Amino acid sequence: MKDKSINLLNFVGLGIFEPVVRLASGEEVKKNLSQLMKSIVFPILSILLFLLLWHVGANALYNTEKEFKIESARESGGEAAVKRELARIDSGESSINSLPSPIAVVGAFKTLIADHKEISAKKSAFLEKTAAMNEKREAQGLAPITYTGRPSFIDQVLTSLKTVFAGFFLALFLAVPIGMILGLSESLRASFNWLIQIFKPVSPVVWFLLVYMIVKSLTLTYDGDVSFIISFIAVGLCAMWATLVNTTLGVSSVDQDYINVAKVLNLSVGQKVFKIVLPSAFPLIFTGLRITVSVAWMVLIAIELLSQSPGLGTFVWEEFQNGANDSNAKIIAAMFVIGIIGFLLDRLMFSVQKLMTFTEA
Amino acid sequence: MAETTINKESRIDNGLFSNEIMLDINQLTKIYPTPKGDYVVLDDLDLKVKREEFISIIGHSGCGKSTLLTMIAGLNEISRGTIVADNTTVTGPGPDRGVIFQSPSLLPWLSAYDNVMLGVKQVFAHGTKKDRDDIVKYYLAKVGLEDAMFKKAKDLSQGMQQRVGIARAFALKPKVLLLDEPFGMLDSLTRGELQDVLVEVWNQEKITAIMITHDVDESILLADRVIMMTSGPRAKVGDILEIDFERPRNRAELIEHPDYYKYREHLINFLEH
Repeated sequence: MKDKSINLLNFVGLGIFEPVVRLASGEEVKKNLSQLMKSIVFPILSILLFLLLWHVGANALYNTEKEFKIESARESGGEAAVKRELARIDSGESSINSLPSPIAVVGAFKTLIADHKEISAKKSAFLEKTAAMNEKREAQGLAPITYTGRPSFIDQVLTSLKTVFAGFFLALFLAVPIGMILGLSESLRASFNWLIQIFKPVSPVVWFLLVYMIVKSLTLTYDGDVSFIISFIAVGLCAMWATLVNTTLGVSSVDQDYINVAKVLNLSVGQKVFKIVLPSAFPLIFTGLRITVSVAWMVLIAIELLSQSPGLGTFVWEEFQNGANDSNAKIIAAMFVIGIIGFLLDRLMFSVQKLMTFTEA
Repeated sequence: MAETTINKESRIDNGLFSNEIMLDINQLTKIYPTPKGDYVVLDDLDLKVKREEFISIIGHSGCGKSTLLTMIAGLNEISRGTIVADNTTVTGPGPDRGVIFQSPSLLPWLSAYDNVMLGVKQVFAHGTKKDRDDIVKYYLAKVGLEDAMFKKAKDLSQGMQQRVGIARAFALKPKVLLLDEPFGMLDSLTRGELQDVLVEVWNQEKITAIMITHDVDESILLADRVIMMTSGPRAKVGDILEIDFERPRNRAELIEHPDYYKYREHLINFLEH
């Protein structure tokens, strides 16, 4: 039981909780306690320190802005204006948009969840109401009525995830086969190297514009979700380079011993590629894919923002334009959600990598 | 002594029918072109190996022993001369010449069983699945791995991995077995164990074998003839020593044998001069 849970934790990349399991079974208390301190207690302390600094900093920024407002009120209208301004600030009429405190962010997060519940309630009520009507319309050959209300924060997160996965699979299906072909042929590698070196460092924004130019012309008559197509292709093209380069490297640098084995056994080309070259390149390919997922998630926000396709990027940008009292807090809440999802995606890839590849002893 | 052994060699050369010669190396030359001119590693090397003979090649590092072996294996191009294995001229690698490499060269993501099976499938493509399974299991049991058959190669120790390497080579039933310092990377205890495994398997299979080694005792234990190569460049066969111990051999008995130290001295003398 103990060993099983430790293996599971290590497998999903949460090995830091290993001492907890070991302590729970009363094993080597002293050693595991110090391990526990290192791997869990200290990180928690550092998080608390971070929150404290954030809180103090946010208060300082808030006060600076508040004082500035009061001073300018005093200059223009004396003490009466100061009183009016203070009342306006308290009521939220005059908003102070500085860095929100941790508490404000937690509040904003709760608002976003409540908002989501409200919107999904509305949506399901709408679907219920229109169900019968849509059936009739379908029978008449008309398009069904769809819900066109504002998407909630959770909807945006899901849309972003959809985009990032579409982009990731595009990168996977482009980069791995191309990388394999380039890895196997030295002359192809030499002839396409310049292309890779030039396109690899291109900024996500420019990729977006390039994809936009091409896809726009190709989809003139298409009335589907063009902005989604543009954003996932741009995400895929931005993110595929790490996988492409790693696959090429992995395939081209297979251990000479393995190649000799293939030669002595007279393996066919197909057998050589699938039984020897590909498995031995797996560790590097998966490292590349892990980087690809991280990059895809990172550039996604910028690309969504540009493409106006719904998602976290659009959410952040709209909140910034909105400038309401809790907009900044919502942006920071979104920032944490983005970070945590990025972290979880990386852990997911890590587990897949462990499952699929060998590590040399 | 050197003279008498060379006489024996020429007797073999002249007196035997060609089908008793398994491997015939004729004026073999290997040249690596370098910017400063050609670097001649092997120069007109001649060697004949009888069927079911075990020879070992000993010489200083860099004298071209491995070059010779990889050329026989077909992994290294021949600059001049010919190698004829079982009446067929060598032009490239093939499973009729099995190789046991210095590093075990197993595919770490496959089990011991699958590593051996990879080759067995290739060589016995026409046999039944059951036959192939029997062959793989038989040889893995022979090298003492019946309990670790389905472990991944990466989870095996170096010694265990080399046992798989031995099983893989023998399972393919090659005509010639080429061993490139097969125990060079092992600690001395494991090396002894594996030498015993090799002696035992070889005694049953009697596959013509050529082994490269640095280890004088290893050569005496395993070989019928020890080929001593001169130091490179332009290496050739310097001396040949016949080891006249009866088979099956046993390490403990050999060490007690009065001739053992004569052989040993001969080899060490050659290497030191």
